[in-house]
Order: sequence, then structure tokens, then C-alpha cells
Amino acid sequence: MNSTNHIDELARNLGTELDLDWILAVQANTSAIERRCKSLPGRRSIKKSNQAAWLLKAITCIDLTTLSGDDTENRVRRLCQKAKFPIRADLLKNLELEPGTITTGAICVYHDMVTAAVSALEGSGIPVAAVSTGFPAGLSPFPLRLAEIGESVQAGAQEIDIVISRRHVLTQNWQALYDEMKAFREACGEAHVKAILATGELGTLRNVARASMICMMAGADFIKTSTGKESVNATLPISLTMIRQIRDYQDRTGYKVGYKPAGGISKAKDALTYLALMKEELGNRWLQPDLFRFGASSLLGDIERQLEHFVTGHYSAAHRHAMG
Amino acid sequence: MKVKEILETMDYGKAPESPEQALAWIAKHEGKVSMYLNGEAYQPAGCEFFESRNPSNGEALAQIPQATQGDVDQAVQAARNAQVPWEELGGAGRAKYLYALARLVQKHSRLFAVLESMDNGKPIRESRDIDIPLVARHFYYHAGAAQLMDKEMPDHQAIGVAGQVIPWNFPLLMLAWKIAPALAMGNTVVLKPAEYTSLSALFFGEVCREAGLPDGVVNLITGDGRVGEMLVTHEGIDKVAFTGSTAVGRRIREAIAGQGKELTLELGGKSPYLVFDDADLDSAVEGLVDAIWFNQGQVCCAGSRLFVQEGVADAFHKKLKARMDKLRVGDPLDKSIDLGAIVDPKQLDSITRLVEDGLKEGGSLYVGSCELPETGCFYPPSLITEVDPACRLMQEEIFGPVLVGSTFRTPEEAVALANNTRYGLAASIWTENINLALDLAPKIICGVAWINSTNQFDASAGFGGRRESGFGREGGWEGLQAYARPRHSSQETLPAIEPKTGKPEPATAEIDRTPKLFIGGKQARPDSGYSYPIFSSAGMELGLVGHGNRKDLRNAVEAANSASGWAKSTAHLRAQILYYLGENLAVRSEEFAKRIVSMTGEDLASATREVELSIDRLFTYAAWADKFDGAVHGAPIRGVALAMNEPVGIIGMICPDENPLLGLVSLIAPALAMGNVVVAIPSEPFPLSATDLYQVFETSDLPNGVVNLITAKHAEVAESLAGHMDLDAVWYFGSSGQSGVVEKASATNLKRTWVNHGFARDWFDPMQGEGKAFLNQATEVKNVWIPYGE
Repeated sequence: MNSTNHIDELARNLGTELDLDWILAVQANTSAIERRCKSLPGRRSIKKSNQAAWLLKAITCIDLTTLSGDDTENRVRRLCQKAKFPIRADLLKNLELEPGTITTGAICVYHDMVTAAVSALEGSGIPVAAVSTGFPAGLSPFPLRLAEIGESVQAGAQEIDIVISRRHVLTQNWQALYDEMKAFREACGEAHVKAILATGELGTLRNVARASMICMMAGADFIKTSTGKESVNATLPISLTMIRQIRDYQDRTGYKVGYKPAGGISKAKDALTYLALMKEELGNRWLQPDLFRFGASSLLGDIERQLEHFVTGHYSAAHRHAMG
Repeated sequence: MKVKEILETMDYGKAPESPEQALAWIAKHEGKVSMYLNGEAYQPAGCEFFESRNPSNGEALAQIPQATQGDVDQAVQAARNAQVPWEELGGAGRAKYLYALARLVQKHSRLFAVLESMDNGKPIRESRDIDIPLVARHFYYHAGAAQLMDKEMPDHQAIGVAGQVIPWNFPLLMLAWKIAPALAMGNTVVLKPAEYTSLSALFFGEVCREAGLPDGVVNLITGDGRVGEMLVTHEGIDKVAFTGSTAVGRRIREAIAGQGKELTLELGGKSPYLVFDDADLDSAVEGLVDAIWFNQGQVCCAGSRLFVQEGVADAFHKKLKARMDKLRVGDPLDKSIDLGAIVDPKQLDSITRLVEDGLKEGGSLYVGSCELPETGCFYPPSLITEVDPACRLMQEEIFGPVLVGSTFRTPEEAVALANNTRYGLAASIWTENINLALDLAPKIICGVAWINSTNQFDASAGFGGRRESGFGREGGWEGLQAYARPRHSSQETLPAIEPKTGKPEPATAEIDRTPKLFIGGKQARPDSGYSYPIFSSAGMELGLVGHGNRKDLRNAVEAANSASGWAKSTAHLRAQILYYLGENLAVRSEEFAKRIVSMTGEDLASATREVELSIDRLFTYAAWADKFDGAVHGAPIRGVALAMNEPVGIIGMICPDENPLLGLVSLIAPALAMGNVVVAIPSEPFPLSATDLYQVFETSDLPNGVVNLITAKHAEVAESLAGHMDLDAVWYFGSSGQSGVVEKASATNLKRTWVNHGFARDWFDPMQGEGKAFLNQATEVKNVWIPYGE
């Protein structure tokens, strides 16, 4: 339990053949999954220094995101600055950490903002993720969706968050889903691909589980819950369903696939629960930003307030922390 | 550890719940807590004490009084004095106090939880999130039960004073399960908590005072098993309720046999946990965490026998082992642990020895890789696979965090393995196939079945077992039966009814009729080869009946066993056959009436009335056969808790000596209506109505073996019948004083008993001679929990 994590180099998921027998054997019992999720926060409580460390870890796993129609280059630049310096320097010092050691996991924007983000983050090592393939609905012409990936990669995006065609899941057309995902993955080239399942539109947890597995078979580097635009975004039951598939996929193929819950996670306490869920179900290796991300925009603010409370012993206020 | 280092290790660290307030409560009592008697803290002069220890660190927590016989006497007297006023307060009046208790448990919830975890060793998560909320829920529910009793149960009244003995695994929860229904129905109680874990009960005594509960309604006495024995055998007790081991339950059954007390027992178990190949395996693994590692496995209904369908067994075991490695064992007050301490070094020793000895018979042991604290009473989560039914580990209750497992091939084999046990408490069934789940739940012998879930409890749903897991239910409407009795029960003594005497006579010109035994649908000669004469009231010999013995009983039980298809027949079919019996009896009513007159000497009008009522009774239970519905309980889940009325199984019955036809029919008809099969010993002095009746059976499509009749001397066969280990219940309504014998012998397999304790019952009075009391005795309530949601 006290062993230091050895962060091994990640072998990229090369995918597998489509195995329909495997897909159809995948089950997800909703009420049992909900019970597990309900009891988890009561089973794991993280306090004091451990909590501070876990919250810092959460920051390093945030894909700091803006996906608004009114995004501008300056707005994106401001967000990138926040990604580089997410915590006030005095707080970091109190936590005995060097400035610059804590950054967010990535910045996540639409294609048109990629260039601005890449330029703002130059030299920071923070990757830029672009949502793509006709995000959020994914219903633009297929060749255009592929071309969009190519454009973003060319603009310097190192991560591409694609959206799947929900209809393939709803009609159980697993072959079509597999083929689509495989094409997206190929279009990404060296850029890592996150498959957004839009779980809130898939109807059942069983569908979520099967779609997760298909996307991994087709080579997804990450599977991600939502666009943030569906009425139901990341939830613990959906997360548990997806990461159990990640575990099974690793058991069978040896590949580690990352997980990104997105949308609706805005409290530090929720972030701790998600980290505990990852640790319990998949292990410490999935507490690193190369295998775990939060898609979140307001989570960071709450974490900052909690960290100031830990350092000073007093409850904090939003205006005491830099906006992104 | 520094933040920077934790960023590397990502450890949980410690999250301890403070023991301060609990320690302060103990300190307030200067380390010597008091019993609670007649509304006061009670610590008599010269009282002896014993120590209660915190099993996680061995430290003494408090000194607990050891009650004496005098203390028990006083407590029972206090409860007796309080009982009538408490009952007369009325349901609504009692409801207010139960509601106050519920509220106060909530107000003091954290202190209760911390005390419980310190005293018992269970994780604070469980005491805080499960035990104490269920305690409050139980008092709320039963506040409602009290409120509704006058209107909904107008034919019932309190039993009187209850003596209750509870175990150490859920100290306060078991207290609530015992006290709340008892108080709701107007009983008063004397309760003894387990000697390892008295603290939360004694704090509850203070809460009773705070609630203003009238003096003597609740009395709490402490001490070891000797005190428990003093309590349950006390002549001032009307009702005994015990939760604990099967061995102690059996001793109690024997010790109070014949004392006229009501008894409910909630005992051990070795509950099956079935995983089918279409189950959500990850969820089934997680279910096991709640099944066998909840409360360190010290749970009577723990899913302790794992059966996995062969095709997925390897995959399942692999997942399970990985899950075990993630379990955290440690300080019960740490909010980030899964397993706390075993309650006492003795229990730890018992687990250790049973596992060590058991492994000599085979089995492959896997121990979770979690670290154990260096000191204190801890046992690691363990899995033993490849354990066969012939192994001790598969049969004996370990009562620790040890799961034993095997595999099965088909649903049928899963049921056979699940039922291959002396116990019958709970079962978990994991499959995504609703057809399979709902087919299996009724087939597994248990009181509670959980579909795709485990260890679900609620005050609204009955909990309890079958076989050697005990009898009676706690929770729900069915649980209220354990603390209420019909108002119409007679308190008149039943006189012994002697056979008529006379001189044997040579055969008359009439053709000789030979009443035989009736076994498996066939008329059978008695094994002994002996017969005895039955004389009329005028001293005339009416005939010779077979002198049945224990071998005839054995044959009858075997015949009954092979007629178990009766339970699976439709209620409509059973109703039709009961109607048909009535119809065929009616054709011969004059003959039956004359037979009663000739045997008993009563007047023809009365005998005719008896026959008419017998026909009516058959019609009544034919009517009930398809109307004694179960229930859907309002358990707080998204799903249903189905309370299904199931037949008890094979019921042995010694029938009333008086009213030879009506007495017999009054017992067998409800049993048959509910799907039971019967071995009946008819009236001893007047058996010929029964031997005439089998001719009616033979013409009424009654399947072979459903009713078996053995003419015998009651005192000779009572012990054999009650002791037969393949009977599920035994009823005694004879007049030769065998109630105590029957109750004592029933302890062999802890079958349900229903005896008259020497009191008369007016079989002509429908309030006494028929109705729901009979149907309740002829059924077991099984609660099937079916969570749903896609």
C-alpha cells in the first residue's frame, strides 16, 4: 500500500479484431452498479494532507475546457494561462511544491481555437485537445468528419476527442460502430484519440458497456462519457460501467485504455470520489493524466478553494483565485 | 507524510472517526455501566462485573454488570407490571413512544455508531450507514404498526411479556428488531444483549428514559449465557425470541419445551450465492463484498457458499481475487476500511481452527493481499475454492470473512447444491435472465432470496429462516405475528379424552371391515402386525384399528416426500380437490354422523353438525387455496420485495381426540390448501372417522401420499413424529399432554411446532377452529427482493 507508483511507459492500444461474441456477453446490471456507486463515497474518505495531494492530482488530470460558440482567441489564451498556473503560487509553496510542477492535463477546445491554444501553451508541455467529427452530434458528412480530424492534427492538436454515431449503438450495429471508430483512429495518426460515447443518449448501461468495448477494440486511447451537451453527463454508475470494460479489455489484450468522465463534475469532493473509483477498480496506474482525465470547466475553482482551506484553515472564496 | 510524497503513493491515509464522545459516555459512568430496569439505571449493591473490550486493540472499554437470578426476577416482574397498562394505552398511544424512540436514535446516531464500532469491531461505515439507520427505520415502521394495530389487527392482542436474547454481530439492530415489534403489539420486554456487546443496548436504555417510555416496558439486563438461560426459562415470560447460533437455539427449544411459551428463533446459516454465466460478473463480485465481507462475515445470512456456473468460474474467481486484494482491513473507526475487527479473540480462534481443520479435507485457499494491523483481532478476507459438499467447510457456518466455493452445471444442479444444507436462511441469485431468477427463488429453501443483490434489509420485509436457521419472521406484517396472538384463543384446560372400553365380541353377520393405515395412497397394514379394538360408547366393539408405530411413521414420511409435487400444483387444482372432498363427504354424511355417534356417544344432531361443519371447512379452505395472497412490500428500493406464501413442506400432525372428524379436517384442510403434504395421527380414542375418510380421499382425486393417516397411540408416537428430521413442522392437538414432548423432540431439526399446551379449542367455533391462524401455520413467508432498472 505504501509502494511508490512506477509509472511505466504506456503501450498504445492497437485495438483488436471485432469480437461480437465478447460484445454480446457483456452485461451491466444497473441496480447493482448503482448500489456500488452509492456505497463507495462512504467506504473511502480522504482527509487532510492526503486530500490535498489527491486534489492536486485531480488538477493534473483536468482537461480544462471551453466549448462555447462565443469562444475567442483571447478567451482561450486566458484559459491556457490558467492551465499553466492553476494554483496560486503561495498555496503551492505552502504545500512544499515548486511552481510549475502542477499543471492541468490538457486544454480542450473546438478546432478553430486549436492554433491559439497551441501557441499559448508553447513550451509548457500541456497538450491541446480538439473536439472533432462534428462535435457534439456527430452527424456531419463522414468524409468531413475525417477531414476535421486531419485539420486539427495539422493545427497541432495532440489529442482528438471524437464523437461516435449514437445510432449505431441504438440499432446494435456494432460492425458500423467498430468501422467508424477505426477510421477515426487512423485519421488521428500519432494524435491520441478519445472516444466520446455520449452515454446520456445510449439508453442503457448495457449499451454503454458494449459501446465502450467496441471503441477499445477499434483502437481508442481513451473512452469518454459525454460531450457535456447531453442532458445526462458523467455519473458514477456510467463511469463504473465504462471502467470495468477498460479492466476487462486490459485483462484480455494487455492494453491500458484511459478514461475521461466529462460534464457535471464541479466539486472537489466529487473529484475525490472519481479518483477513489479509479484506484479501487483499476489501480493507481489510472490516477495519472495519461490514463485519466476530467472534462471539466468549473471543477478547478472548487479545488482551489479547498486547497486554500487546507493551507489556511479558513474557508475560501472564489474571487481569491485567478479566473481562467 | 508530505503532500509531495502522497502525490507519488496516492495512499488514502487515515480518516479516523473520533472516539471521544463515546469514551466520555463511558467515563460518565465511571467505567461501570448500568442495566436498565423499570425505567431506572440499575446497578444493585454487590453486583459483579465483567469487562467489555475493544476487539481492535484489546483495550478494556467498560465494566458490564453480571445479572443474577434476583435481577432477572425483578426485571420480569417490572415487565409484567407494565404490560397491561402498556397494552391498554392503545396502538396510537404506543405509536407516539415508538416514534420518539426512532427520533432519538437519529438524534444520537453518531454516538450509537461509534459505541457500536468500538465495542463490536465493525467498520464505522457500516454502523453509521447501515446499522443505525436501519434501527431508526425499524422504530419508525413499528410506530406505524402500533398505530394501525387496533384497526388492522382487531382480532389480535399482545402475547404478554417477551424475553429476548440477542447476538453480538448487530447489537443495536437486533435489539431494534426485537423490541420494536414487541412494543408495537403491546408486549413489554426483558432483553439481554450479548456479553461481548452490551454498550449500545445500555445507552438505548438511557434513550428509553429520554423518550419517557413508561417504567418497565423495556428492561435490559446484561451477562453471559447463564443470564440468557435464566431469562428464557423464567416462568413469568410468555414469549421467547432468540437470535444467535443454532446450537444455542436448539438448547432454548429444549429448555422451554412444554412451558407454554411462544418461541421464534433466528439462527445460523450457510447461505448460497449463485452466479450464472449470464450474470454481470463484476457486480456479482461486488455483491460478494457485501455478502461475506460485510461485518467481517459475522452475519447469519452471509452469502458464504459461492456456486459459480462452470463456464465462467475461472473468470469469476480471477475477478474475485483481484477484488479481495483491494479490500482494506483495519481500525474500525477508520472511515476508509472495508473490514474491521473480529468481535473477540475466541471467535477469531474459532474461525482460524475451523479453516485449518477444514482445509485438511481439501480446497484451495486464497487470502486477500491486504495488510492486517499488527495487533488486535483481525482475520483476512479469504476464499476457498474447490470445496465439495462433503467438506466441513461447505456445511459448517464459519461466521467469519471466509467464503467457500464450488461450481455447478445447470440451474437444477445449482438448486440441488444450494439446498444441500441443514440451514435455510437466505440466498442470492445472480443472472440477467428474469425467467431463471424467478424460477429459482421459490425452489431454494430459504426465508429471503435476493435477486442480483445481497444482504438487503428493511423493516417492511420479513426476515427469517427455515430448517435449522429457525422459524418466525422479523419485519413486515408477517413479523407482527410473532408478537400478537388471536383474541379468541381459549384458556380452558382440555381434559384427557379416554377411549371407550368394552368386551371383544365375535363378528356379527355383517361383513368384516378392516380399517388400515393409509400411506402413499394405499391402505397399508401396520408394521407391527398388531391391532387394537375400538369400542362404542355402549361398550360394543366397533372394529380393530392398526397399531401404528415409528416405522409406519417413517414409511408415511417417505410417501409424503414423494408427493411433493402437490406444492407445485396450481392453487386452482388444490381448491378443486378440496371441494371434491367436501362433495364426496357430503354424499356419505349420514354414515359419518352415525359413526361419530357410535364412537363418542354424543347425540346425532351434534354429530350431524360436526359432519356439516367438516364439509363447510373443506369448502372454506378450498376457497382460501387461491386467495391467501402474498404481498409486495414497500421496501425502499427501486424494485419489489415480494412476500410469497409458500407451503411449509411436510407437516406431521397429531389430531384432536375430540370431534374426530372435524378436528382432523380442520387441520389437514388448511395444510392441503396451502400445498403441504401431511402425515396425520387421528384421534386416538375415536380413529374410525379417519379410517372411513380415506375412502373419501380415494374417490376425490387426491394424489397419492398427500395425506397419510397412521392410527396410533399418541403418547407412543409423539416423540418419533416430532423428532423426525424430514418433517418441516409438527402440530399437536391431542388431549394426552404431549405438547412438551413434541416441542422438545422438535429440536432435532428445529422444525416449526404448533401445540395446544393443554388448552381446549372449540372446533365448532369458526373463530377458533378455522381462519388465518391456520393458514399462517401452513405457510412460510419468503421475501424475494427484486431490484430492477435498466
